[in-house]
Amino acid sequence: MSKFKKKTDSGTPAISTASLPDIVFMLLFFFMVVTVMRDSSLKVQNILPFADQVEKLDKKNLIMYIYAGKPSPRYQETYGTEARIQLNDKYAGIGDIQQFIKEERQSKREELRDKLTTALKVDKETNMGLVSDIKQELRQAEALKINYTTKEGDAMLNLQ
Amino acid sequence: MAKRPAPEVNAGSMADIAFLLLIFFLVTTTIETDSGITRKLPPIDDEQQDPPPLKEKNIFIVLVNAKGDLLVEDEPMAFEDLRDAAITFLDNGGGTGDEACNYCQGPGDSDSSDNPVKAVISLQNDRRTEYGTYIAVQNELVAAYNELRNREANRLYGVDFTDMEAAFNDPEFQGDVDKLKERIKKIQELFPQKLSEAEPKR
Repeated sequence: MSKFKKKTDSGTPAISTASLPDIVFMLLFFFMVVTVMRDSSLKVQNILPFADQVEKLDKKNLIMYIYAGKPSPRYQETYGTEARIQLNDKYAGIGDIQQFIKEERQSKREELRDKLTTALKVDKETNMGLVSDIKQELRQAEALKINYTTKEGDAMLNLQ
Repeated sequence: MAKRPAPEVNAGSMADIAFLLLIFFLVTTTIETDSGITRKLPPIDDEQQDPPPLKEKNIFIVLVNAKGDLLVEDEPMAFEDLRDAAITFLDNGGGTGDEACNYCQGPGDSDSSDNPVKAVISLQNDRRTEYGTYIAVQNELVAAYNELRNREANRLYGVDFTDMEAAFNDPEFQGDVDKLKERIKKIQELFPQKLSEAEPKR
C-alpha cells in the first residue's frame, strides 16, 4: 500500500473544462462593456435614407432623438398610415416637441446643455411637410444643432 | 486529530450561469454609432429685418417638387448633375475689382456668382417632397462645398478639409488644436456654407 500507486485507469485523459467559465466570462465582460441598452422601442417605420457626406455622432448622452415615419405595421390598424412623430416611447404631436426638448435639457448638467444635438431619425418616405414642422418647433425651442441621421451609402439610392 | 477537509464548492454550473448572462448581453447589444449630415438651424428673429440686398446672379435656386424632380436655376436637372452645377456656380468667381476672387478656378462667367463669399444656395421644397429626396439634395450640396474646401485645403496646407475637421472633432487628437482651428476657419471663410432653406410651399 504505497502512496504512489494510483495509476489504475489508462486511456485518453478527459479534456479539462475548468477554464471554460473564464473564457465565457471574458466574452461576457466584453459584451457588457460595449452594450448600449436601447432605451426606446420603435413604433414607427424607420428606414433611414443614404448619404455619403456624413459626420459621426459621438457622445451618445448628448443626443436627443426624434423619430418620425409611418406607424409600424402592428400599430397601423389603430393609428393609420399617416406619418407620426415618436418621442421616447410613445407617439407625440408637433406641440409636444418643445416640452420634450425642455425636459431633455433639464436632465443634463448645465455646462453640457448647449452641446446637445438633436438627431432626426426620419423614415425616407416621410413627407417634408412634417420634417419642416419639426424643424420649426426646434427653432422655437432654440435647439439649433441638428443632425439628419442617415446610413452611409450613395445618396442616389434614395431616389429609387 | 482528524483534519477534515473543507467541502469543495461545485463550480460546474458556473459556466451555465455565465452563458446565460452572455446570451442576455449578446441579445441586447447594439454596436453602432450614428452618423449623419449635421446642420445648424437659423435662430428665430423676432424683429423682421430686411434681408441684405443680394444680386440675383449670386443666388443659386434649387427647387424640388412633390414628385422629386429638380428645377435648378429655372431649368430641370438630373440629380447626378447637381453637384457639378453647384460647384461651377460657387467657384465661378465672375466678380471684378473689390469682388474679384483670386482663388477661384471657375469660368468667370459674368452671369453667375461674383465670389464664393457672396454666393448663396437657396433650397426650396414642396411639403409633399419625400425626405429621402431632400436628403439626397442636401448631400449633393454639402458634397459640393466639401469638394471645394478640400481643394483649397490641399492647396494651402496639403491636407483634406474633411480630414482636418475629423481631427478637430476627435477628442484624442494629438497636436496643435489652435492652429488646426485657425486653418479650418480660414477655409470656411474662403467657402462659407451659405445654404438657405425657404419655408416649403403648401
